[in-house]
Amino acid sequence: MTTGIGARVERKEDSRLLGGHAKFVGDIKLPRLWEAAFVRSPIAHGRIKSIAKPAQFAGRVFTAADLANIAAIRALSSLPTYNASDQHPLAKDKVRFVGECIAICIAPTRAEAEDIAEMVEVDLESLPPVVDALKAREPGSTLLHEDWGNNLFLTTEFDGDIDSVRDRAAVVIEREYNTARQCMNPMEGKGTLAHWDEKAGQLIVYTSTQVPHLIRTGLAECLRMDQGQIRVIAPDVGGGFGYKCVLQPEEISVSWVALKTRRPIRWTEDRREHLVAGANTRQHHYKIAAYADERGLILGLDAEITVDVGAYSVWPFTACLEAAQAGGNLPGPYAFGIYRCKTWSVATNKPAFTPYRGVARPGVCFAMELTIDAIARAVGREPSEVRKDNLVPADKMPFTNVTRKFYDSGDYPDSVVQAETAIDLIGFRERQTAARAEGRHLGIGFATFTEQSAHGTKVFAAWGLPLVPGYEQAMVKITPSGSVEVRSGNHSFGQGLETTLAQVASEWLTVDITRINVTMGDTGLTPYSTGAYASRGMVMAGGAVSKAAEVLAGRVKIHAAHLLQCRPADIRLSDGKAFFGEAHVGFDDIARAWYLRPDQLPDGVDTTGLEVTEGYKPDIDTGVFSYSTHAAIVAVDTDTGQVEIEDYFIFDDCGRRVNPLILEGQAYGGAAQGVGTALFEEVIYDANGQPLTSTLADYTLPGPAELPRFRLGHAETLSPYTRHGIKGVGEGAAIAPGGALINAVNDALSPFQVELTSVPATPEKILGALLAAEARREAAA
Amino acid sequence: MKPAPFTMSQPPTLAAAQGLLSTIDGDTRIIGGGQSLGPMLNLRLARPDHLVDLAALPGMTETRATATHVEIGAGVTHARIEDGDVPDPIPGMLRHVAGGIAHRAVRNRGTIGGSLCHADPAADWVTAMTALGATVIVVPVNGPQREVTMRDFMRAAYRTALQPGDILTKIRIPRYSADAHWGYYKICRKVGAFADAISAFVADPQSRLCRVVFGSTGAAPLLSDTLARHLAENGTTPPLPAIKEALRASGLELSEVKLHQLSIAHQRSVREAFA
Repeated sequence: MTTGIGARVERKEDSRLLGGHAKFVGDIKLPRLWEAAFVRSPIAHGRIKSIAKPAQFAGRVFTAADLANIAAIRALSSLPTYNASDQHPLAKDKVRFVGECIAICIAPTRAEAEDIAEMVEVDLESLPPVVDALKAREPGSTLLHEDWGNNLFLTTEFDGDIDSVRDRAAVVIEREYNTARQCMNPMEGKGTLAHWDEKAGQLIVYTSTQVPHLIRTGLAECLRMDQGQIRVIAPDVGGGFGYKCVLQPEEISVSWVALKTRRPIRWTEDRREHLVAGANTRQHHYKIAAYADERGLILGLDAEITVDVGAYSVWPFTACLEAAQAGGNLPGPYAFGIYRCKTWSVATNKPAFTPYRGVARPGVCFAMELTIDAIARAVGREPSEVRKDNLVPADKMPFTNVTRKFYDSGDYPDSVVQAETAIDLIGFRERQTAARAEGRHLGIGFATFTEQSAHGTKVFAAWGLPLVPGYEQAMVKITPSGSVEVRSGNHSFGQGLETTLAQVASEWLTVDITRINVTMGDTGLTPYSTGAYASRGMVMAGGAVSKAAEVLAGRVKIHAAHLLQCRPADIRLSDGKAFFGEAHVGFDDIARAWYLRPDQLPDGVDTTGLEVTEGYKPDIDTGVFSYSTHAAIVAVDTDTGQVEIEDYFIFDDCGRRVNPLILEGQAYGGAAQGVGTALFEEVIYDANGQPLTSTLADYTLPGPAELPRFRLGHAETLSPYTRHGIKGVGEGAAIAPGGALINAVNDALSPFQVELTSVPATPEKILGALLAAEARREAAA
Repeated sequence: MKPAPFTMSQPPTLAAAQGLLSTIDGDTRIIGGGQSLGPMLNLRLARPDHLVDLAALPGMTETRATATHVEIGAGVTHARIEDGDVPDPIPGMLRHVAGGIAHRAVRNRGTIGGSLCHADPAADWVTAMTALGATVIVVPVNGPQREVTMRDFMRAAYRTALQPGDILTKIRIPRYSADAHWGYYKICRKVGAFADAISAFVADPQSRLCRVVFGSTGAAPLLSDTLARHLAENGTTPPLPAIKEALRASGLELSEVKLHQLSIAHQRSVREAFA
């Protein structure tokens, strides 16, 4: 069986990940290793008046005053109106969120380090907390960064002639939507171990990151070191989801202490630290006015989007990325031509906003898809019909939408048709009516979206980011045994890239993936890559491996032709061997000749060898667009407010499917996180900016019992612009559950005149809305 | 999330445990399965100087059936009860309640006595044992043991009748007749989560006894005589507004949502029992 592109092979990494043999930061043992604990801010906003270190622990506690020579994290952006923030790895002068690091304490064990941390006395003067982004964006609010004069990281405006559609519209839908703040909750939290390697003359930093090469750049800037003096190694990483795609203040502090003490220092984020200081994503507010004709065809959309960014702008993706993505992606897969959108990226006393799987799109998809259903109800049509009518039709592909997104390929309306069929929309409506007669409330909901993946150089440059991805490099080589090594500076943190990159190499070289070793995530061993984010791994690293493997296959043929006495063009690779007709030599023979017995090769042989590094970028820079429709059927228990997901179907098209098994896993995992967004997860703050959800007993994640058996379907429309026609898919399934499930809940609750407009739709919220509606009806009667 | 320093003792006998508790200086906590105290230690919310581990104490994990009662040692795990490894005072109720506590990993270590002493108002045993009219045997540091009814034992959320040094050694549950009925319904956000609302009842026509109890009210379990009388006389619950009225009369501060959830839990506990 071939193990190339398209093969449904099991993951190479799973035996160690599932068998407990993986090596995470927490598993590393080094002589003289000490552990670190942080003193973190107990209040949301305050001025640091003094910090008193316990006298008996001299040299074990460090504060901003000790780290005076390092630079703050300062993510710049070239976008107009942008305000940059200085985030000191240990707070200096002010604290701006609960959980912000104030001091780092070291000891032989974590427990002892925590004991020391408790003895550090921090005198804080409380300042009024800024918790509500809508209030914070108004003049007169308490300021987080006084020198700005406001709380706005960024405002953007996309102007469109909304006035021209106002009079023509048969229906106007006005809504406000909210998405809750969330924590990403990878199974492994953050973790960093740093030590000075005297022989290498390098600071070695093991860190749980998606972007090791970026972290090296960021650390070098903050520590004011040459990048050659730093080696960043991402070992096994237990989930990233975006949480680990930015430079972490803790990475800087731990590195500094390791340099200072010349001792290996490790910090491991615990779950409480994660749920407090890692509460950094998803929180949006939308104010929408949609103008549509009497059939529900959208004429224009007017939107205001407020992103609750938190206290600081993360490096390198900045506070701008989320709102820029939200404003740009709100029109999604729809073809309407008039759009106006204003965005605010607002500073609040919360942890710094970090892009999470789907980046802004779970929010915009939620807002857009609920709006589509609201339009459909207003014009009295089946929502999925209105959805199909508004989508970009297949015969218009490629299509440039109202925000200048270039949709490269696909049949968006057909994805809805596929979902309607799979979930049996017609049969469901009959079942729904019968169930209502028995007092059971079923609902159906759809959500369709596009997923821009592998955004290229120009896209990132347009966002004004300090660091823009360009060509992705990869190295592929044949070992003296004839096995294959692949090296990529990208990284795998659960998404199976170790297997899929091997499959791409196998596609060209025909060597079984069990004989292909993939090394990633080590700046000392791998070519430069900006890393794994934005669903770019398979397109970019896959493309680079493909290109390098193709070149290498050509060289293999040259050497094989020498050994088989034929022309390279006559050589055919199959099953890890080079064939000339029936005659063949194995890769081991070829490698032996090149490495060990060059005397067998003729003079004037190709000297470039069996090792190739190549760079790759897709033919277009605008990203490639996957698309998908989700359809959900729910039963709402109107007595308890609980939602049971009876059926859930996901149809997607991510271009060439490199490994169907992994794609299915990505869909299940992403959709599970989406269910969390839709129904469960919410960081709750009190009026003082204190998070009330600091344990997993309070921050509710869905478990296996809360998840449906997701059903999957797919199309495979190859991208014309990438190697093998691959599109990115890693983020996709997390995007739509909010839209699909809340549309389904609202469909179920339509007899009660209840319409939810925020996630998560908790039982308490649903029941509260039902009781309030009942009270309104009673008052009216 | 590592605990503050503490010392820990594992006394070999009850007498040794009593001796320890009477002589140790500083804040001392008894630990059983550690499924509630463990996380609190790690979060440094509980900061005892000493822990006295009673989980392995002889006698604490024994069970016994007498003519009138079932006795369960305080150190018996939820899992043993779930698995039917204890005598049954009323067919099926203990197994049903135990099987719904948290997750199996918690049930494997967590103990019935520990749960009662922790007195979380949303925990299962405090409500179920109140419905069953159970009593607990408490051994003080000095003096004779005493028997305390659940009603007197649970004073408030996280507050019991235990005095410093007291050890809860066993739970005594009266045995019910073959005609007895029970119901237990809880509303949870997810499998394994603490309940948002619990309602339990036990009714035995032979002894002309009926108790209706609500849990997860934010306070000690709430007994409703009004609803118990209605259930005993009619075999059903009154309409929803009347259930809410009975709950409002308790004087507890309950949100409209909580009131509704508790009322629905009561309806369903009865409906399922007589289905």
